[in-house]
Amino acid sequence: MMRSAAALLVEDVHKSYGQHEVLKGVSVSAQNGDVISLIGSSGSGKSTFLRCINFLEIPDRGRFVFGGEEVLMKPGREGRAHPANWRQIERIRTGLGMVFQSFNLWAHRTVLENVIEAPIHVLRQNRREATERAEALLSKVGLYDKRHAYPAFLSGGQQQRAAIARALCVDPAVMLFDEPTSALDPELVGEVLKVIRGLAEEGRTMLLVTHEMKFARDVSTHVMFLDQGRVEEEGPPAQVFGAPLSARCREFTGSLSH
Amino acid sequence: MDFSWIFSYWPLLAAGAVQTVLLLVISVVFGFILAIGLALAQVIGPRWLKLFARGYCTCLRGTPLLIQLWLLYYGVGSLLPMIPGLRASFLWPILREGFFFAAVSFTLNYAAYEAEVLRGALLAVPKGELEAGRSFGMSSSTLLRRIWLPRAVRIALPTIAGEVVLQLKATPLAFTVTVMDLYAVAYKVRQDTLLVYEPLMVVTVFYVCLTLIITRAFKVVEAQVPVRR
Repeated sequence: MMRSAAALLVEDVHKSYGQHEVLKGVSVSAQNGDVISLIGSSGSGKSTFLRCINFLEIPDRGRFVFGGEEVLMKPGREGRAHPANWRQIERIRTGLGMVFQSFNLWAHRTVLENVIEAPIHVLRQNRREATERAEALLSKVGLYDKRHAYPAFLSGGQQQRAAIARALCVDPAVMLFDEPTSALDPELVGEVLKVIRGLAEEGRTMLLVTHEMKFARDVSTHVMFLDQGRVEEEGPPAQVFGAPLSARCREFTGSLSH
Repeated sequence: MDFSWIFSYWPLLAAGAVQTVLLLVISVVFGFILAIGLALAQVIGPRWLKLFARGYCTCLRGTPLLIQLWLLYYGVGSLLPMIPGLRASFLWPILREGFFFAAVSFTLNYAAYEAEVLRGALLAVPKGELEAGRSFGMSSSTLLRRIWLPRAVRIALPTIAGEVVLQLKATPLAFTVTVMDLYAVAYKVRQDTLLVYEPLMVVTVFYVCLTLIITRAFKVVEAQVPVRR
């Protein structure tokens, strides 16, 4: 039987800022329906790794395959390799819905306009159909009533839910969450996690950088613990949180009261 | 106070107002387009273009508009007839008019001021919103057209409104190169009737009304995206 191509396969990613090597060869692969959490202390490289996956940060080296399509790299200076074709990157990005820590909704557009922006102006979809889908997604995240509001008039939790609807509206093969609840007031974290949990249960493929350990343990199919630019420990949540092999991981997960 | 002259001069006043408004609209519209290019050159252009754009803005903001206008009118204007064939071309009726030189110099000057405003506004757009655009696969041109520029213009709107009003008040300089704008009409009325204050007062009312219209128009545009206070 032929195995379907992994939704995402990323191998041996390296990234340095000057002398400081942030990623020292990190890999991840996700089958459809996988929910992979990246955990680790600040500065461990987990956010940088996520941002390398859609090339918001340009990795120095690595191999990237999305749904069977490999990103063409061209050799650069000092043994580095850079994307050869930005058109390809732009096309691949449309299949990676990203949700940011600071929401990053476009302030000059209403919630609905934010959600239909990429479907219409990147994917060239029909406005009416995009609007219908956007309204359905906004209902799903509980923001239908706020669809004509501008982002500045929403709470942080509402903005993040709008940003999730925006990412969903391009029907991404993989969703990337970069600490989606870290900028929220504690009482608003729950509503956003609830939406993400719903997506996980639907079988959405996603990569999630988070500090919400309990949440990561509950929803993930796979957990990666990053430390100083390396994957220090990875496996099913029960292993990483319950019986980690690495001392560093045991220290990290043990220090969190959960 | 004697305003009886208004009855015989109102067609001239109306024509003067049209000239003033035309100068304003032409210089603001074309100046703005030019300013977008100059601002982008300064923000994302290669080094040589950056230096050129910065030099342009420094020079045109650093010299009096009157001198720029005269350099263009008396300098370039006197060179134009030497270009073979130009005098015979259909462009000549436009090129020999003072209005043409006023429009060009106001445009170039306005562009320099506006470019500085836009440069700052482009840099003030939160980086995260641009990243969000990129993360959805927007090309550089789509990102510029849909997110970066409209967002920057929104940020700059209050300043732009002020610049447009300043530009309106620069238009009487066109009078010095034979343009019959509002101020020139007031001057003519004074020469004809020996009345000094009345014509000035009448054109003052015109300028105030124009300013009110401009500020109103910008209020309406600004209100399209409500700001939370």
